[in-house]
Amino acid sequence: MAYLTDRKRAAGMGSAKSGTLHHWHMMISSVALVGLIPCFIFTFGSIYGAPYEDVVAYYQRPFPSIVALLTFAVGFIHFRGGVQTLIEDYVHGFAGRALLIGMICLSYTAMAAGILAVARLAL
Amino acid sequence: MVEFTLPKNSRMVTGKTWPKPEGAKNTKKVQVYRWNPDDGKNPRLDTYHVDLDTCGPMVLDALIKIKTDIDPTLTFRRSCREGICGSCAMNIDGVNTLACISGLDEAKGDIKIYPLPHMPVVKDLIPDLTHFYAQHASIMPWLETKTNPPAKEWKQSVEDRAKLDGRYECIMCACCSTSCPSYWWNSDRFLGPAALLAAHRWIVDSRDEATGERLDDLEDPFKLYRCHTIMNCAKTCPKGLNPSKAIAEIKHMMVERIV
Repeated sequence: MAYLTDRKRAAGMGSAKSGTLHHWHMMISSVALVGLIPCFIFTFGSIYGAPYEDVVAYYQRPFPSIVALLTFAVGFIHFRGGVQTLIEDYVHGFAGRALLIGMICLSYTAMAAGILAVARLAL
Repeated sequence: MVEFTLPKNSRMVTGKTWPKPEGAKNTKKVQVYRWNPDDGKNPRLDTYHVDLDTCGPMVLDALIKIKTDIDPTLTFRRSCREGICGSCAMNIDGVNTLACISGLDEAKGDIKIYPLPHMPVVKDLIPDLTHFYAQHASIMPWLETKTNPPAKEWKQSVEDRAKLDGRYECIMCACCSTSCPSYWWNSDRFLGPAALLAAHRWIVDSRDEATGERLDDLEDPFKLYRCHTIMNCAKTCPKGLNPSKAIAEIKHMMVERIV
C-alpha cells in the first residue's frame, strides 16, 4: 500500500508512446492471412498423402512454395503478436516478461524451421 | 495476474432470508449482495420478498421498499431515479444497468442484485469508483485551447457539433468499464471504455486544440490497446452508447498519424 494520490495512481508512468505499430502489423497480417490460409490449405491439401518425389516436385514450383513460405512467415509473425497480447492481458510482472521472451523465441524458431523446410524442398 | 478463484474472505455465503410480508399475495423474491466492512464477515446473499402491490415498478423502487420496510441497513446509491445521474448502477440478473430504469417485470423469476463487478466494494451495493473517476480526470475532460479566447464564443459548425453525438451523453455510471474483461484484468493501466469514450469526445471536438497531445497520451499498449473489441460496453450501456466504436475511431486516428 503506497500513499499515492488517485490521479497519480491513474496516470501511472504515463504513455509508452507505442502500440500503434503493433496494432497496425496485426491488422496487416490478419488481412494477409485471410488470403494466405485458403491458398495454403488448397495447395497443401492437393498434394497431401502423395509420394515423396511428387511432393518435392510440387514444392519446386513457385506458387505452392511461395504460398507456404509466406504462410509460415506471416502466420508466425501474427501468432507472436497475438500471444504477446494474450500474455500481457493475463500475466504480469516477471512471469509475464519471461513468458514473452520464451514465446518470441518459440515463434521465430518455428518460423525459421518452416521456412527452412520449404526452402529445402523448393531448392 | 489473473485470478481464477476469489480470495477466502471474498467468497459468498448464504445470507438471511427475510419473511414474506404478512397478507401479501403478489410478491417477488429479490436476492441482494450484502457486505459490511465493519463486521469482518464474508459477503452474503440476503433474500427479501417484495410486495409488488405496494411497490413501484422499478428495481430501484424494490430496493427503496426493502430499505424502508424490511431492512434499513441495506446500502446503495441512488439520486435522480430517472436514468440521468448514473448513481444506481449495479449488476441486476447478470447485467450491469441502472436500477431506476430496470423494470421488476423484466426479470422472469427471482432477481439477483450485486454491485458492479470487479470493483472494490465500499459496502453492500456501493462500489469504490475512485480510480474510475481519476482515470476520467486523466484524459483531461475539458476544452484545451492555445489560441486566445474569442470575444464571444468558440464557434462550431452544425456538422462538427454532430460529431459529438453519441459521445457527450455518457453519465459516468461505470456500467461499461465494469463489464469489460480487459478492464477487469488490467484496470490499473487500461483506461476502460468510459474514459476512452470521453477522450474521443474531446479528440473529435473541432474547438479543441490539443488533439495531438491527447493522442500522444493515449498511445500506449495498455491505456488504449487493451481494448479487444469485446463490445460488452456497447451491449450493457444503459444510455445506448457505443464506446467500442469510439475506441476503434481513436485507433483509426492513431494509424492515420503513422501511415
